[in-house]
Amino acid sequence: MLRLEKRPNPSKFWLYATPVVAVVMTMIVGGMLFAFMGKNPVEVIRTIFWDPMFGEFAFYLRGQLLVKAGPLILIAIGLSLGFRAGIWNIGAEGQYIMGAICGAAVGLAVYPTESRLIYPAMVIAGALGGWAWGMIPAILKTRFNTNEILVSLMLVYVAQTILAKASTGFLKNPEGMGFPGSRNFSSYPAAANPELVAGTGIHWGVVAAFAVAIVGWVLLSRHIIGFQIKLSGQAPRAARFHGVNPSRLVVLCMGISGALAGLAGLFEVTGPAGQITIDFNVGYGFTAIIVAFLGRLNPIGIVFAGILMALTYVGGEMAATNLGLPAAAIQVFQGMLLFFLLGVDVLTNFRIRTAILGVK
Amino acid sequence: MDIGGINPVILVASLMVAAVPIMLAALGELVVEKSGVLNLGVEGMMIVGAICGFMAAVGTGSPVLGFLAGAVGGAALSLIFAFLTQVVLANQVATGLALTMFGLGLSSLMGQGYNGIKPPLTGKVPFGPLSDIPVVGPILFNHDWMVYASIALVAAVWWVLRSTRLGLIVRAVGESHDAAHALGYKVNRIRLACIAFGGAMAGLGGAYVSLVRVPQWVDGITAGAGWIALAIVVFASWRPWRVLIGAYLFGGITVLQLNLQAAGSAIPVEYLSMSPYLVTIIVLVIMSSGKGRASLNAPAALGQNFHAAR
Repeated sequence: MLRLEKRPNPSKFWLYATPVVAVVMTMIVGGMLFAFMGKNPVEVIRTIFWDPMFGEFAFYLRGQLLVKAGPLILIAIGLSLGFRAGIWNIGAEGQYIMGAICGAAVGLAVYPTESRLIYPAMVIAGALGGWAWGMIPAILKTRFNTNEILVSLMLVYVAQTILAKASTGFLKNPEGMGFPGSRNFSSYPAAANPELVAGTGIHWGVVAAFAVAIVGWVLLSRHIIGFQIKLSGQAPRAARFHGVNPSRLVVLCMGISGALAGLAGLFEVTGPAGQITIDFNVGYGFTAIIVAFLGRLNPIGIVFAGILMALTYVGGEMAATNLGLPAAAIQVFQGMLLFFLLGVDVLTNFRIRTAILGVK
Repeated sequence: MDIGGINPVILVASLMVAAVPIMLAALGELVVEKSGVLNLGVEGMMIVGAICGFMAAVGTGSPVLGFLAGAVGGAALSLIFAFLTQVVLANQVATGLALTMFGLGLSSLMGQGYNGIKPPLTGKVPFGPLSDIPVVGPILFNHDWMVYASIALVAAVWWVLRSTRLGLIVRAVGESHDAAHALGYKVNRIRLACIAFGGAMAGLGGAYVSLVRVPQWVDGITAGAGWIALAIVVFASWRPWRVLIGAYLFGGITVLQLNLQAAGSAIPVEYLSMSPYLVTIIVLVIMSSGKGRASLNAPAALGQNFHAAR
């Protein structure tokens, strides 16, 4: 009979090894799923994980990787701060949408003025939009003790209806011949977020993602706020004695993650998506939760996790067009990855012992 | 007697139908939370139940088998959660989220090719002349059997939790797992059983969405009903009869806003369709603040994993 024995301290080795083990296990079980669906598992896994990096069309797909990884990393770093402190913001998708709407609204309001100040103003508006949307659950939590998980999630549905209203109503392109969707930012240079270096996929959002990763790492490992966040997550009572104000931490963590999600939305809508449409959001806010855990809630780890998760998006699209793999299969694959990660994590905190017969 | 183009009798009758999925899912989650486990995967289990039930009902032509398959599907998915949280002691919040994301993907993968099909009709219970009584007839005696079954299940859960040994054990495990363990109860096994029950109930609720409420298969069919079910458990302060009230309240809002949309209300459609979610937030705020704080009634060990050191 196998028995778990708690480790006095989490294992350093397994802390870093679990994501790798989880990815490998997901590939194996995912491959079995693909085989069950009548696809060649080796070919599918190769298409998803190898071809975007080193395959025939890698010169184009590598750029796509950063386009997808940028928003995932931005959102996941914000979420990881809260997750570490036991504050569960799972409504990043809503904050992402509201950031995009607010930022785009500022740009569209001054159309067709050309000024260098427009884009920075939009970026600020985007961050503020996401921040404000994240503040709702934060203030309800601190003021009324309301569960932030449920409130932040409910606000995703609210944001989606506002997005529907925006793309068919108040942000609709007046010259769009009746089609839903806002003006396209690619034809409005002052408000566009173009590729900075041709062929690399790097736009301002990717730059921001890497910058935030560095700032996040410094914050967590070198700053008192990072210490307070970690302390509150691991020992809430000790944090109270240390003088950490839990309400302040909730407002801070929800605010940062909301603002970062809002930024990600703004960069996406002015860049790769191009315009506000009813379905410009593709669930980055939810996938970022997986990215945050896969990166071990560590900003640097999240960068790698974000790129890996972007790989499943880009490779998944390849597999969909080339091999006819349904898009939902990739979603299942991503969910599976989080399952394996959470499951394998037992090795970080516990030793597995075989119980000696007769001794319990 | 219509009020603003809406007939109140039909409104009440249809809210009883609209409330069934969230009532079943919330009731299951209530038992899970009573045993001290927070399963945030309700939405995922519901939607997997919805597609399992739909496939079985379309395949066999029998709605009863469909509901059964929905329950089995939901329970099967919940066992993943049970294994991760009870055997390898993973974080319940994260695992629940993973379950929802996995369930949403799995259901849309399974549901391919099932769009645009009509499921077999779930029959109404024949009450004979009773259903012809004005006002009372359409409200009380003109529903399919699942509406009555869901109310019976509320009564059953209430009775089991309140006055049976089984209910006492479940509550003990949820209030203080250490004490329950010291008394010799297998905490994690009891929780595992509760999680499976919760999964079956969520699956049943999901099957009701795809077989009766909508009735067809589309991706993301549950549209947040699982999350509303979670909120209803808080609203109900972990009491079964209040789950019934909460579900009828939310069913009522959903039906009312749909009717207002159909009646061509002055309020734009988008703002009407966000109302169930906004009301959920408002209700959560009211329930969690002030003197009658719902959280005071929460099971003491909610969300904490149990690891027997000895």
